[in-house]
Amino acid sequence: MNSLTGTRALARLALRLDRVRLTVWVLGLAVMPMGTAANYLSLYPTDQDLRAVSAVLANPSLVALSGPLFGVSIGGLTVWKIGVTEFILVGLMSLLTVVRHTRTEEESGRLELIGATVVGRYAPLTAALLVTTLANLAIAVLIALGLLATGLPAAGSLAFGLATGLAGMLFAAVAAASAQLTQSARAASALAGAVLGGTYLLRAVGDTGPTWLSWLSPTGWALHLRPYAGERWWVAGLFVGIAAVFATAGYALVARRDVGAGLLPQRLGPAESSPALRSPLALAWRLHRGLLLGWTIGLALTGAVMGGAAAGIGDLQSPNQQLTDILTRMGGNSGLTDAFLAAIFGITGMVAAAYTVQATLRLRQEESSGRVEALLATPVGRVRWAASHLTFALLGTALLLAVAGVAGGVGYGMQIHDVGGQIGRLLGAALVQLPATWVLAGFGTALIGLAPRFSALAWAALIVSVLLVELGALFGLSRWIVDATPFAHVPKLPGSAFTVTPMLWLTAVALALGAVGLAGLHRRDMPVA
Amino acid sequence: MAEAIHVDALVKTFGPTRALDGLDLAVRTGEVHGFLGPNGAGKSTTIRILLGLLRADSGSARLLGGDPRRDATELHRRLAYVPGDVTLWPNLSGGEVIDLLGRLRGGLNVKRRDELLERFDLDPRKKGRAYSKGNRQKVALVAALASDVDLLILDEPTSGLDPLMEEVFRQVIREEQQRDGRTVLLSSHILAEVEALCDRLTIIRDGRAVETGTLADMRHLTRTSIEVDLAGPAPGLDTLPGVHDLRTHNGTVRFDVDTSALDAVLRQLTTVGILSLTSQPPTLEELFLRHYDRTQADGKPQTKVTR
Ligand SMILES: Nc1ncnc2c1ncn2[C@@H]1O[C@H](COP(=O)(O)OP(=O)(O)OP(=O)(O)O)[C@@H](O)[C@H]1O
Ligand SMILES: [Mg+2]
Repeated sequence: MNSLTGTRALARLALRLDRVRLTVWVLGLAVMPMGTAANYLSLYPTDQDLRAVSAVLANPSLVALSGPLFGVSIGGLTVWKIGVTEFILVGLMSLLTVVRHTRTEEESGRLELIGATVVGRYAPLTAALLVTTLANLAIAVLIALGLLATGLPAAGSLAFGLATGLAGMLFAAVAAASAQLTQSARAASALAGAVLGGTYLLRAVGDTGPTWLSWLSPTGWALHLRPYAGERWWVAGLFVGIAAVFATAGYALVARRDVGAGLLPQRLGPAESSPALRSPLALAWRLHRGLLLGWTIGLALTGAVMGGAAAGIGDLQSPNQQLTDILTRMGGNSGLTDAFLAAIFGITGMVAAAYTVQATLRLRQEESSGRVEALLATPVGRVRWAASHLTFALLGTALLLAVAGVAGGVGYGMQIHDVGGQIGRLLGAALVQLPATWVLAGFGTALIGLAPRFSALAWAALIVSVLLVELGALFGLSRWIVDATPFAHVPKLPGSAFTVTPMLWLTAVALALGAVGLAGLHRRDMPVA
Repeated sequence: MAEAIHVDALVKTFGPTRALDGLDLAVRTGEVHGFLGPNGAGKSTTIRILLGLLRADSGSARLLGGDPRRDATELHRRLAYVPGDVTLWPNLSGGEVIDLLGRLRGGLNVKRRDELLERFDLDPRKKGRAYSKGNRQKVALVAALASDVDLLILDEPTSGLDPLMEEVFRQVIREEQQRDGRTVLLSSHILAEVEALCDRLTIIRDGRAVETGTLADMRHLTRTSIEVDLAGPAPGLDTLPGVHDLRTHNGTVRFDVDTSALDAVLRQLTTVGILSLTSQPPTLEELFLRHYDRTQADGKPQTKVTR
């Protein structure tokens, strides 16, 4: 038996387990560029339209958000609009897939079961990378074919597909290394996710300021491969090189560590618990605090960077109708800077909602891991137990949004010398997102209460919401479809008038969904595997 | 209250699986009650219904005089539970888990906890993931045993314990037995443990109780193997009640006999005349194996023994 024995069997198993999940990811990621391009074709039929809109996109704030526009063409515009989103999502898909088939399996002990059969030491990691490569290959090919079919040039289409696939592979390799470092799958995903988020911020700063920073960021490279704008194929080599470094590190770490162990030795904990650990809420704090801290740091950085970039919008000499149009489509309403800030906080709300969903689904994890059984055999009731975790989903999100708002206020206020004034304004802009995120918490709770095996659909709800809000207007979807997402009802602050009615409605919907979920939880069997 | 647990005609289905099929179970206050049955017989399912985690389809279950689901909060103050499959929080130390569960239950006896940690030789400072299976089990055991409760519900509590620790466990349970009014429901696959600890026991199979009573009652249900050389032919021996598996080979007669029928059968043999006789004493193992044996469908005490 060599160290790769069993790779094929494991890869086949992984494909079998992930067939629905990966299919959805692949199709979703493949369709978005094609759809965007098709839309721009009808939106900007003449060269003149294109040039008019492109002139606007050199604006630093927009560059911070989506990257620079390299090519004045439908293709160039498509890459600008959807590129960074694609790179982030494909990175997310890849890192989650690799961690799921390595560290998650190991943590659950299933890998040990497999490891005792004829499986080589490197087989699980290789199988995970193989499956992820396959998914990324499919995405790359489908994107290229789709864009070609839309009528865009071949080289650029191929380059965009390649850039997306390579971005995915890079983060697969990052996850291959991070999965060896930590003992828990969650920490491994978080680590790789932090790298992903970091590259986005690095690119945002680099693209508006010192360009060399953007060259440190793989999300930046994907744009610098310049699809439809004189492709620089050699950039692909950067991806391959760095991916190889991370993957090699992953393999080297596998060789050095024991199954089930991380790289860092486990420290001992206290022999007795502190007097504070005496309630479900105190337990939930212990379980949520790491995640919350990581997200707080992430949102503080994002808020500060984006707030700082907002000042750049004022560089534009005369407010321009085209730009206003674009920002309107992105969610803003009036006043350029305000519109940009409103768009930023709209996105921040949806990013924070990822934490909301994650924290809500923690309930389900506690159940399916079996840990809840011993807890529910104590006088702690189910509803109280659920409430302890939901507290973090609801109030934790409030904290994250507040931090993003304050950081945004500081970042923007320092540029325009009005820190005091901006903190209040942007705090409001961030906090209005809260009820919409709560709706997702309510939806997740309802799933956990009524259809626990399908609770991961809460993620699907978030992703669909994001896509509808971001692309709904562009695709000309009818109003009531977009209105089905909670984020469509959030007042666009700052800039437009604050209306309390939608906030009340969203809160009511969230509460109703939550109540239904808790009632279901109260009635149903537990634990459901 | 004479009965700590009373279960009547309990039915629980999981989709097509009928996990419990009219189960009866009665556990008297103050006794250690063994709960046995082959894998998948429905032991853990019964226990989860008693804890109010699962909802029964029909039948009734009473626990410490209350309804397992409606009165869950009050009942859970008075009981402690060790799950069959102990999973701990990865970032909490064993000591923290013990204290947390004890406090949630309304307080734990710190002196008793320290004593138990000592006796079970458990390091409470390790984090969840760092414990071996046996040590995870010990964390749950210490957490349960350190609380002052009326009822202990233990689902295969010694799976994963080494023989030394198994012995400690038995001592601790025996001490519990001495204390007044402590009831223990002990699900187990280890016959020696059940023999050593249990006042009464219930054997279940395919979701139904097939045997219940004291160990003495059970012994009564076991069979003695007899090998005998007789002075003459003994017609009608195989039609005697309680005789099973009769074989004759070169004049040597072998059969199994229900312990309850032993006297009558021997009387019959002496009338023929016994040249030599060897007997094998009844063992509980045989009884259990008979009930565990998958090839016998209905689980009733069998007239034919398959081995
Ligand atoms: N949540 C569930 N969903 C579906 N089937 C279940 C579930 N829980 C138990 N079962 C089924 O119910 C039956 C009884 O299971 P149970 O766990 O109660 O057995 P057990 O007596 O505890 O077995 P063991 O000795 O292996 O622990 C089994 O057939 C099992 O597959
Ligand atoms: Mg069981």
